[in-house]
Amino acid sequence: MTAAAIVRSRTFPLALGLGSLVVAILAVEALIRVGAINRFIVPLPSQIVMAFERVIVEEDIGERFRLTFFEAFTAGAMITVVGVSLGLLLFRVNILRQATETWVAALASAPTVLMYPLFLVIFGRSAWTIIMMGFVAGLPPVILKTIEGLAGTRRVFIDVGRSFKLTAPQLFVKILFPAALPTIFVGVRLGLIFTLINVVGVEFLINFGGLGQLINDLAERYDLPGTYAAICFVILVSVVFFVITEWIERWLRPVD
Amino acid sequence: MAEAGRLRLTAAPPAWADPVTLVRVAIIMTILLAWEAISRSGLLYRDVVPSLTAIAAAIVKLASTPDYYWHLWVTASEVGTGLAIGGLSGLLAGLVLGANRMLSKSFEPYLYYLGPTPKIIFFPVMIMWFGVGPGSKVAMGAISCFFPIALSTAAGMRQIDKVLIRVGHSFRANAWQMAAKIYLPAMRHPTINGVRLGLGVAIIGTLLAETKLSNRGVGFLIIQAFSLFDMPRMYAMLIVLFVLAIGANALVGRLGGLSSIRQR
Repeated sequence: MTAAAIVRSRTFPLALGLGSLVVAILAVEALIRVGAINRFIVPLPSQIVMAFERVIVEEDIGERFRLTFFEAFTAGAMITVVGVSLGLLLFRVNILRQATETWVAALASAPTVLMYPLFLVIFGRSAWTIIMMGFVAGLPPVILKTIEGLAGTRRVFIDVGRSFKLTAPQLFVKILFPAALPTIFVGVRLGLIFTLINVVGVEFLINFGGLGQLINDLAERYDLPGTYAAICFVILVSVVFFVITEWIERWLRPVD
Repeated sequence: MAEAGRLRLTAAPPAWADPVTLVRVAIIMTILLAWEAISRSGLLYRDVVPSLTAIAAAIVKLASTPDYYWHLWVTASEVGTGLAIGGLSGLLAGLVLGANRMLSKSFEPYLYYLGPTPKIIFFPVMIMWFGVGPGSKVAMGAISCFFPIALSTAAGMRQIDKVLIRVGHSFRANAWQMAAKIYLPAMRHPTINGVRLGLGVAIIGTLLAETKLSNRGVGFLIIQAFSLFDMPRMYAMLIVLFVLAIGANALVGRLGGLSSIRQR
């Protein structure tokens, strides 16, 4: 097999990546066992693997996952409804769009998650603080991508609709929205990612809710293998969520 | 008659009379008036929505407190150090992944999928590794900015025009010259974009860590204002922080010449 063929193959790079990960984990295990790494700071990887079962069974991870999912789903539904509506409003009222689009973009880059103490005062230490933080963080990309998607609808589609004498609501439902849907979903996906990051992050910071609180609880109990296992679990959930939304985005993308 | 053939020049309206500016002013005024009305109405607790004058007074007081600048300096130095460590390692990782297709296919998916995970969950681990002092905050900043910078650099490296690389080779440029004269100038735009993204998330990572466990820095001041229920001060700090964060982001873009690139 030539070098070029190895690079082109799908399995070799995958095996190299996974193999390197396994070697790194084994190296850490060995270094801890010989005392080169303090086991009171970094637990043995084998202990972390063993801790998974304990964390899943004893810490009621199913209920915590359900709670985090509920918070992320509620915030996700809110960013979709409010974001698409606001995007549509800004698309229809051009002067409003010109006046506020840069503000929405600035809001997208602003560190809004730092407002969580403010939200704690307004909503109390409850799921609503977490949901609203997720909502604020995830809203700007949905608005921006909705405008982009609607503005990017091909002129010929709109002309076809007009030639059929469609009313404005019909034009939106039959032409504009379906044409803009792939771009809108890109915004919804970005918004959902920001929402999930903020939901788990705020759960951790205010020690309330599902998976984020679990990490905080385990860290405060100095349960090192449990903390690492919970972090791995949250990473796994994030990656699965990311992959699923990416798959849906690809499915919605029009064929060129 | 002579007037009829003369080209008529209409004077451009002054900037303040531009309809977009007027709409912006109207929106801001509406928000401020609504805020003040809610504050005075007593519908919500007065301290939750303090009056605009109370917030303005808190901003002035904050700006005239030398102690605030010390905390601001602490946060800025943590963010700066985190950005330097995470940015340089991200740049290095991006260059390696961008230059080698095999390594990119093997390891870049891990960066790609780890990038959008909430980094704050690593804070307990960072405390164990680097202690409760500034080290753990710097580490949070570094972890946060590593991913966007590495991914942007790798993408930028792959987008370099092959002709430029061949020109470099034809001049027999060594590896250092290739990096300094070809790769880095050619991938300036995506790299600066990555640094901008990295700066934003480094600020967030560092400040969130400060709000969780610290006795110094702006994050600590925000959570202290929350604990004391000093709402005008908390609003003042959030407003100043937002202005500084957005300003820093714009400054990085300007220094990196993003505006000139866009105008071309």
